[in-house]
Amino acid sequence: MQILSSPFYGVSGSFESIATTTVAAGGTGTITFSAIPSTYTHLQIRAFGQTNRGSVSYDGAQMRINGDTASNYSAHNLTGTGSAASSSSSLTTYMQLPWVGFGTTTGSNWGGSIIDILDYANTSKFKTIRALGGADGNGSGYVTLTSGNWRSTSAITSITFVPDGGTTWSQYTQFALYGIKG
Amino acid sequence: MPATYEPIATTTLGSTQNQVDFNTISSAYTDLVLVFNGGVTSTADIWLRMNSDTGSNYSRTRLTGDGSTAASTRNSAASSIFVSVGTVGTNANMIIHVFNYANATTYKTTLTRFNSSAYTAASTGIWRSTSAITSLTLKAEAADTFTSGSTFTLYGIKAA
Repeated sequence: MQILSSPFYGVSGSFESIATTTVAAGGTGTITFSAIPSTYTHLQIRAFGQTNRGSVSYDGAQMRINGDTASNYSAHNLTGTGSAASSSSSLTTYMQLPWVGFGTTTGSNWGGSIIDILDYANTSKFKTIRALGGADGNGSGYVTLTSGNWRSTSAITSITFVPDGGTTWSQYTQFALYGIKG
Repeated sequence: MPATYEPIATTTLGSTQNQVDFNTISSAYTDLVLVFNGGVTSTADIWLRMNSDTGSNYSRTRLTGDGSTAASTRNSAASSIFVSVGTVGTNANMIIHVFNYANATTYKTTLTRFNSSAYTAASTGIWRSTSAITSLTLKAEAADTFTSGSTFTLYGIKAA
């Protein structure tokens, strides 16, 4: 499998593109992957972009699975700010993920995130998530490692992303969903 | 579903070498992944450059752990992205993700995971250019060199 620290060294055909959303002019508030097939072992989401939160701050993403709005998501984060390392945790109604850049112009800073969801179609255990995300603004920035848990034994069939601080994903933002075979 | 994550090019060094270039990179993919496994002589850092740009157009935010302390540092207005940590040594690996490298609209963002016998690290970098990336260079700092046997593999990932 291809995960963050374990490179895919070539079993041809094991990593497949499932769906991609690229945000058009005017932005969009929600990005959704639905009807995700159960034919893979793991999922990977690769995201690149920014929100309309403005030039005063970075932003993150709130991820929800299968439309679940209950307090079934927990996460631990390890973050670097460029001057200090810190750790935080959350237990809430969405998975809070490190993410994107700030500003609303193409000439500003864009963040990236890689989110791995392990054994997503399994119906016997809770789902484990890990992510690496960051955005650098030439004098400011964040990089974060996240581990998360969705406390449900349901197979994952849909995933939704909304900005954490802003209200819309900016134009050119892209979320790409991939499936990894076992 | 279309299969992706394709190897584009691989270099295995038969002798020490100061830098490795991947040129004429196809624009057919969405993201690039550059995997390094090897070492660097002396105490050099490893630098990443895009399109041979040596201007002060790079910056990086890094998170490191050395077995006893977690820390974070930054480089700004640099002439490359410093993707390694401390003394690289002879047994290190690194995975560099370059997002949306072929677009000619936005700045380019990287995420890197680096591991050596002394450090583990995660970092994000940006190249402040809207040019499409057509070449990547990994360079040992100054006149230092990558060790013989070091491997460098570039993959392309294409979104549907």
